[in-house]
Amino acid sequence: MSMPFYVAPEQVMKDRADYARKGIARGRSLTALTYADGILICAENSSNTLRKVSEIYDKIAFAGVGKYNEFDSLRIAGVRAADLKGYSYSREDVDARSLANQYAGILGNVFTHEMKPMEVEILVAEVGVDSDHDQLFHILYDGSVVDEKRFSVLGGEADAIADRLGEAWDGSADLAGALRCATSALSGPDRTLSADDLEVAVLERNGHRRAFRRVEGAELDAALAPA
Amino acid sequence: MAFPFFAPDDDPGPNFSALLRRTGFAPSVPTEKLENVTHGTTVIAIRFAEGVVMAGDRRATSGHLISHRTMEKVYPADRHSGVAIAGAAGPAMEMVKLFQLQLEHYEKVEGTELSLEGKANQLSQMVRGHLPAAMQGMAVVPLFAGYDVRRRAGRLFQFDITGGRYEEADFATTGSGSLHAGTVIKIGYRTGMTREETLDLAIQALFQAADEDSATGGPDLVRGIFPTMATITGRGFESVPEDEIEQRFRGLLDRLATTEDTTAPAGPSPSMDNGAR
Repeated sequence: MSMPFYVAPEQVMKDRADYARKGIARGRSLTALTYADGILICAENSSNTLRKVSEIYDKIAFAGVGKYNEFDSLRIAGVRAADLKGYSYSREDVDARSLANQYAGILGNVFTHEMKPMEVEILVAEVGVDSDHDQLFHILYDGSVVDEKRFSVLGGEADAIADRLGEAWDGSADLAGALRCATSALSGPDRTLSADDLEVAVLERNGHRRAFRRVEGAELDAALAPA
Repeated sequence: MAFPFFAPDDDPGPNFSALLRRTGFAPSVPTEKLENVTHGTTVIAIRFAEGVVMAGDRRATSGHLISHRTMEKVYPADRHSGVAIAGAAGPAMEMVKLFQLQLEHYEKVEGTELSLEGKANQLSQMVRGHLPAAMQGMAVVPLFAGYDVRRRAGRLFQFDITGGRYEEADFATTGSGSLHAGTVIKIGYRTGMTREETLDLAIQALFQAADEDSATGGPDLVRGIFPTMATITGRGFESVPEDEIEQRFRGLLDRLATTEDTTAPAGPSPSMDNGAR
């Protein structure tokens, strides 16, 4: 029987983190930002069938970047957890914080115990009764959770995009304003993104039970048109 | 509650009932027959030009007692469909809750809505799954109706306790007063009725059912309780405002007052004095 080489735990974790980061950096980024009427989630995604942004529950949305099959199975697990909780307790008892913690548990567990970490970063967003209660939980491949205010950026170029967003973000903007801010931050100064390159959804603070709505077709074209 | 994260080879898919069974939430079946379970009674669905009207009385009974006067029996199933229930009230409301969740769960997991036919089949399976409880006196017999957005037409489905699913062309009724309500609709029905005509026909059917069946509640003018009604059209499931229902009921009562003799029945009154007077 051959003895395995000793590898320091620090090295193992570092290798896994590098592996996950590399996988995530291969895909396009996405951003979520709060605006006057709720939360806008805008992803660079040329497919209009394979979604990065989806509904989890009445006031909660999910977004993921990285390996599609991995974040999609996390999305479905989130829908299940939320629906089961709402069924056994009440719809009001389903919240983003608890869901984010459960996601963090899964991702952390996979990161330390499985052969391969998940090459994903995910976002759990919840629209509140007012903008002070909007929540953005950004969960990394290793299970770390960041509770973000104002906006959140996921993906390989997160730092550069976050810098651009930090300058342009305006919490009182309307949907079109927030969308222009998001697309220019995602694209950077050297290129422009058209409606075909984008997947856009909002969690609207409008009193309806299901706050999630996709912004697509004519509405997206109109919102992207220069003011 | 464990986070429901499954390996690909034992994934319950978009089926919420299967997920409930997997996670141990499914209720157990009673082993003995239950007596005097609270029952909901008459509900109807009628097709009209734009879609479907669904309506139900408000009474729930336990044996010969009225246990509830304001029960709701017509519920939205999702944006473009509704479900109306008759039978054991507790399991019926649970079935509606599960059915609503099942449709929403499927839509969220799969990213697309089920077809109307698919929804009707889902409900059929739930009724079939409920058969062991139905055998113990807790039968649930729903009606399902919706606007088929692909075919652009209203459609309605009736069920039996074994999960048998029957699509009806014009109208469907279920519950203890269904015989009387059904007859009234059968006589008054025409193809392509307007919303107003259909609501009036539904009101008349429920009134006559309440007149003949003790378990069906009529309009309660003292407490202001009227049947629940909803329309399902291309615009989706819309509850008919209570004011409108009340107004239409009062209209019906006014018409009946002028056409029917409301004084005591003619003929000799029964007398108890053996002709001694």
